Amino acid sequence: MTTNALRRNGSKGQVGDKVFSGAALGAGILILVTLLAVAVFLLIQALPIFSADPELVSGGEGFATYIFPIVIGTVIAAAIALVIATPVGIAVALFISHYAPRRLAAGLGYVIDLLAAIPSVIYGAWGYLVLAPALVPIYAWLAENLGFIPIFEGPASQTGKTIFTAGIVLAVMVLPIITSLSREIFLQTPKLHEEAALALGATRWEMIVMSVIPFARPGIISAVMLGLGRALGETMAVALVLSTGALIPSLIKSGNQTIAAEIALNFPEAFGLRLSELIAAGLVLFVITLVVNLIARAIIARHKEFSGAN
Amino acid sequence: MSAVTTRNLPKNSSRKPGLTPNGRKRNSLSKGHLPRWATPGIAAGSLILGAAASTLGGFSVVTFAIFTAIIFVVASAIITTVVEGSRRGKNALATHLVYAAFLLALIPLVSVLFTVLQKGLPGINMHFLFHSMNGVTGAIDNASVENGTPVLGGAYHAVVGTLLITMWSTLISVPVGMLTAIYLVEYGKNGPLARAITFFVDVMTGIPSIVAGLFATALFAVIMGPTARMGIVAAVALSVLMIPTVVRSTEEMLKIVPNELREAAYALGVRKWRTIAKVVIPTAISGIASGVTLAIARVIGETAPILVTAGLANNINVNVFGNWMATLPTFIYYQILTPTSPTNVDPSIQRAWAAALLLILMVMVLNLGARLVASLFAPKKGR
Repeated sequence: MTTNALRRNGSKGQVGDKVFSGAALGAGILILVTLLAVAVFLLIQALPIFSADPELVSGGEGFATYIFPIVIGTVIAAAIALVIATPVGIAVALFISHYAPRRLAAGLGYVIDLLAAIPSVIYGAWGYLVLAPALVPIYAWLAENLGFIPIFEGPASQTGKTIFTAGIVLAVMVLPIITSLSREIFLQTPKLHEEAALALGATRWEMIVMSVIPFARPGIISAVMLGLGRALGETMAVALVLSTGALIPSLIKSGNQTIAAEIALNFPEAFGLRLSELIAAGLVLFVITLVVNLIARAIIARHKEFSGAN
Repeated sequence: MSAVTTRNLPKNSSRKPGLTPNGRKRNSLSKGHLPRWATPGIAAGSLILGAAASTLGGFSVVTFAIFTAIIFVVASAIITTVVEGSRRGKNALATHLVYAAFLLALIPLVSVLFTVLQKGLPGINMHFLFHSMNGVTGAIDNASVENGTPVLGGAYHAVVGTLLITMWSTLISVPVGMLTAIYLVEYGKNGPLARAITFFVDVMTGIPSIVAGLFATALFAVIMGPTARMGIVAAVALSVLMIPTVVRSTEEMLKIVPNELREAAYALGVRKWRTIAKVVIPTAISGIASGVTLAIARVIGETAPILVTAGLANNINVNVFGNWMATLPTFIYYQILTPTSPTNVDPSIQRAWAAALLLILMVMVLNLGARLVASLFAPKKGR
């Protein structure tokens, strides 16, 4: 190693330097090109649908009418997931960073990370065969007692395969993302702020509200946004758990559909115009998740110098 | 004051033993506080009340647990408020809710792992591991249910497909990802291009897996015609998901390599690329290896991109450049959604759970392996 490196006028080393830096640069540019290609190729394959006769699109009234209900369905499922996962995720992060015994904390963090490691299809299978049947009596109860609220309108699904079940499964999948990101930021709260609050006689909860939460707020928001990005794009949980149908307000009847599940369920048999219709739906999903992720990253970037989060 | 703090932080205070004698007496410092046995006492009370409340509407373990938890959280908050004041009451409420949230988060994890183990173990045998689904039809499944014979058909073809597709996507994404990280840390110097790459790698992390699959399909459709479905298309789709993970973990690892090592190499006249190849990367290799392993664990369970790129096969296919290919996730998906025998779904469900157990084992082994590699061969950070 040293003899070669010390050879002063060795052209071998120079060539190596050039090749190596060129390869590194090329790989970096390849990533930019790939992301651009994702957009371009999806657009090429999706184009026929935008110029197609509206009668030929599924539903017979053009692409906008076709995509609108499933975009709303996607948003509903993601919203249910976030409503459940955000408070629980933040509380779990607080538990690991500020409540759990110090020695256990790292291990508990790993347990939550295990949730993220389980493949989505297994969550889907679990939701389909375990969670959905278990929720049937709860849905029946909701339809009976709270049926006057549109979102709990009966008759409840007999299989439990509803958008609400899909939302719960998505919440389980989003939870580890919110937890691990929030935990990182909670741990970065300046120790002096926490100790100052405690020294002034604050209870532990007051200390968290006064010093930890204000410090971590941008981080929490971006963690939730990243979770939202995951929930919007998650396919298998919804494809397996949801018994699909038209857009309806009730969350406990079978019905509704999400973009990702629509693609996964129909793509294997699709051809021709239907294929470009599904790819166009994928493009819409790509744009939505891209916007959500960009906002999340922008929030992180803006507060980077204060929080040290990345 | 310190006695008060110790009571609220009993578990991470090392000074607790020294203060115990003070805590036992009801002196002026501990007046107006709940005694030590208060929390277990309230817990016992809420267990009894919870049992009573749940029997009203038909006893079940679930309602019992829910009622007990609610009664305990509310009762301890009220009692603490009455005895110690509203601030401590709020504190008790928040503490118990945080603990409850953690237990709540464990429920799905335990339930999933338990279900997979319970339902998957009966299906795991040599036949399942080393046979494909080739020739296994609904009639065969019906016969095995009616005659009570073992379920035929296995996941060998799916295991082969999973391993091949994952191997190819690793072969694509590790060089690209590592070189990009090297560019970012060693060459980019935080210039505009480096910042753009960092930003778009972050964006790529958020691409929905199904969109990555559609991209690969669209790409190969433009090159080879609309029906190109084979293993390599799936590998490309998985690479799109894997590259950002590899870049991020490698970048983090390269950043913690001390600059002194690089400077020492330069001072000896070693060229930059040899410094990187012989000094920087070997120092960071354990972290890089564990990052790559975690990235593999992430993509090995991906289903959606495989669905739209590699189709589904029932026979063994070892050629990623031709014909459809099955993987474990798609095998599970199709066994559940379209059972081999529509009238007797049990054999298909059994195969699906067995395959799920196999897949979870793979992912867990990869995860644990990554942590082991990282902790065993980690360079000292100098803290």
